[in-house]
Parts: sequence; structure tokens; C-alpha cells
Amino acid sequence: MKRLFVLLFSFLTLTAFAEAPEEGGEFQPGDMITHHIADDYTWHFADGAVVYLPVILVDNGEFKVFSSHNFYNEHHETVAYDGYALEHGHIVKVNEAGEPLEDHAGLYDFSITKNVASMFVSVALLLGIFFVIAGRYKRNPKAAPRGIQSFFEPIIIFIRDEIAKANIGPKYERYMPYLLTVFFFIWFNNLLGLMPGGANLTGNIAVTLVLAAITLLITVFSGNKSYWKHIFATPGVPTWLAPIMIPVELIGILTKPFSLMVRLFANITAGHIIILSLFSLIFIFRSVAVGPLSVAFATFMNFLELFVALLQAYIFTLLSAMYFGGAVEEHDHAEDHH
Amino acid sequence: MDLVTPGFGLIFWQLVTFLIVLFLLGKFAWKPIMNALNEREASIENALSAAEKAKLEMQALKADNEKLLAEARMERDKILKEATEAANSIVETSKQKANEEGARMIEQAREAIENEKRAAITEVKNMAATLSLEIAEQILKRELSDKTAQQALAQEYIREVSLS
Repeated sequence: MKRLFVLLFSFLTLTAFAEAPEEGGEFQPGDMITHHIADDYTWHFADGAVVYLPVILVDNGEFKVFSSHNFYNEHHETVAYDGYALEHGHIVKVNEAGEPLEDHAGLYDFSITKNVASMFVSVALLLGIFFVIAGRYKRNPKAAPRGIQSFFEPIIIFIRDEIAKANIGPKYERYMPYLLTVFFFIWFNNLLGLMPGGANLTGNIAVTLVLAAITLLITVFSGNKSYWKHIFATPGVPTWLAPIMIPVELIGILTKPFSLMVRLFANITAGHIIILSLFSLIFIFRSVAVGPLSVAFATFMNFLELFVALLQAYIFTLLSAMYFGGAVEEHDHAEDHH
Repeated sequence: MDLVTPGFGLIFWQLVTFLIVLFLLGKFAWKPIMNALNEREASIENALSAAEKAKLEMQALKADNEKLLAEARMERDKILKEATEAANSIVETSKQKANEEGARMIEQAREAIENEKRAAITEVKNMAATLSLEIAEQILKRELSDKTAQQALAQEYIREVSLS
């Protein structure tokens, strides 16, 4: 009975319930949720609809490529393969007996995981959509936009006028490619993450780390004289405070992208956790009566998440633009501080 | 905590993929899109300013036309006025001339009449004189026999003649 419900919901609803509790086993909402928001070596759309993704390992300079199907036997239990095994969602080296080794030095995991595969899907979408749009602009630059073009054009203009121009100033043009790419990358992946069977890509700390690091690098490399002057010799601050001020300012450089990283990760992951938790209630209470309530709340949350998906993409782009703006701003009034 | 530990593989793939996407979109999507948007905005702006210019030109043209029209109207009024004046003066001079001519003709007629009258009177006088002479001759011829009668008669004649 419980399995039937799981199957039903996995088709009807969202990312939830790819993982059915073991037959007869106690339902563990925490495990289920953690499993769903974490990365995986298989892409589990529903029970019976599983894509086994390729595992790519570099073990002390040696490439190993094989399907993650090898880690599972016919009873869907993890098994060791070729001296490697899955241990708590990670690939570890094992000995002949299948015992994990202590020493994992030299083992690098480049597997096409669920998140990576999902990212490839989003990238294909991004490239497909924007190449089509760019083609229309190239063919007919002065024509009024139509179709998908007229949907994205106001967004592109909004990013240019309200985010880039407003926060960066006259030098906004060279940051436009990054701002547009990061906005649509985050937005598309946020939305894909909400799809049934979607991966929690933008709620993965590795992804937000990379995005935030790129923002940090662009900020640091576009910093002009006055930007660095404000960090190493903040105008209006006595020289004897420099030993305190310089570390504080240097930490400040890092806290900005760190907040970007955590904000996106936490918002998206939290949204997934809330929706999954609402569905878990059905199984915790083991009651069909809770179902409608859970579905109602989850539907509401899903609409909220659609908004959050856009909002977080906007915030990430806006804050990046503000950091770039701070780095290229000309402080003509710097002398006024004295 | 597993959730906040970034996975090495995902960082790698994310970095590589994102940079490739950034490059591809930047070169083949954002560049033409931004160029087209800028171009379109510039052309719209040009069209608007051209329309504004055309409007101003039209206004200037209209003002010019009105000025020309007013000038033409003034010219017409002037010409009309002059024509009326000319006509009036022609009529006036004609009238004057006619009057003068009339007056002259009347004068001439009067003079002619006067002359005729004078001539007629002279003729009558002459004739009367002749008649008188003839009468006198006849009378003289008959009366000269009586001297006193002659004298009385002569006297009487003289008196009469001087009276007439």
C-alpha cells in the first residue's frame, strides 16, 4: 500500500519520492530528504526509471570509466566493483573483501553525477534557447521581438538597465556576458531542480562555490586604484589602525562571495527540504487524510519556490553587479574624507 | 557535514561547463543580442528625433506659408486700394474736364449769341438808320418847303435820335 502511494506521488508530484522506503522498513524522512538533495551516481526519476550515470575516476593518474550500474546488484544493493565501492554516497577504494581502505590518496572523482548530468541538460537548454534568439537578432536586428524572443528580451533589458547600468556605471558593458550567463544559468537550474526528478544543482554548495568564486575573481581583477586604496589605506582612517583595518577589509573581500555562495545554496536547498518534508508527513502519519493537506501545502510551496528561483537568480546577479560596481567605481570624493 | 562539503568532481565540471557556456553564450548569443538591442534602440531614437525635427520643420514651413499668405493678402489689399483710388481720380478728373468743357461751350455759345445779337442790333440800327435816312430824305424832300417846319422837325428828330 505504502509503495503504491510512493509510486503515485512520484508520478504526480515533484522531485519527491524516487526513493521508496525498503519494503517493511521504517520510513526515515531525514534519510529520504538528504538523499534527494544530495548528489548521486544514478538519476532516479521513479522506481524502475533509473539512469545509471558514468563513473569517471582518476586513480593516481590512471583513468577509470565505467557505468555506475556496476555498483548495484540485481537486488539494488551496493556492491564493490574493480576495487571501488559506494560508501555513504561517495566512491571509496576497497580491498578484496570489500572493506573500505583508509588511504584514498590520488583518487579523484570526475564522475558525471546526477547534478553534472542535470547541468548538461540545463546548458543544452541555455545554448539552444539563446542561440535561437541570437539568430533572430542577427537576421533582423530592428524587427520587433516575437515568440520566445519577446519573453527573454525584457529580462535581458532589465538585467542591462536595472542591474548592470544602475550598479556598475558606464563600464557595465564588459560585465554583461557574465551577468546574463549567471542569471540564466541559476534561474534555469533552479527551475529544473523543481521539476519532477530534477537535481538540486543550485542547492549544491560546489556549484554555488564556483559561481561565487568567479564573481570574486572578476571583482578582484577589475578592482581599480581607488578600490585597492580603500582596502589598504582606507581614506579617513588613522594609519595606526591599518593593522586592524587591512585584515578586516581583506576578509571583507571574501565574505561577499561567501554570502553569495551560502545564500543561493541555503535558499534552494531549504525549498527542496520543505517540499520533501511536507510530503514526508503523509508517510510519517501513515494516513491518506494528511495527503490533501500535504499536497495543498506543497503546491503552495512550489509556487513560492518558482518565485524564489527567479528571486535568487536576480539577487545573485544584482549583488555580483554591485561588487563589480564597487571595484570599478571612481572615488573622486576620496579627498573629501580628510 | 556532507551537505556543505563541496564535491571535487562537481566543482570541476561546474567550472569547466560554466566557463564554456560563458564563452559560447558571450560570443554567440549575448554579443549579437546586445548589439541588436543597442542598434534597435539607436534606430528608434534616431527615428524619434527625426520625427521631432520633421515636426519642427513642418511648423516652420507652416509659419512661412502663413507669412507669405498674409503678405499676399496685404499686397492684394494695397493693389485694390490703389485701383480704387485710380478709378476714383479718373472719374473725378473726367467729371471736372466735362464740367470745364461744358462751361467753356456754354461760354462760347453765350459769346456767339452775344455777337449775333450785337450784329443783329447793329444791322437793325443800320437798317433803322437807312430807313430813317430814307424817311428823312422823303420827308425832307417833302417838308423842305417849310423852313420852320423843317427846323422843328430836325430838332425833333435829333431829340428822338439822341434818346434812342
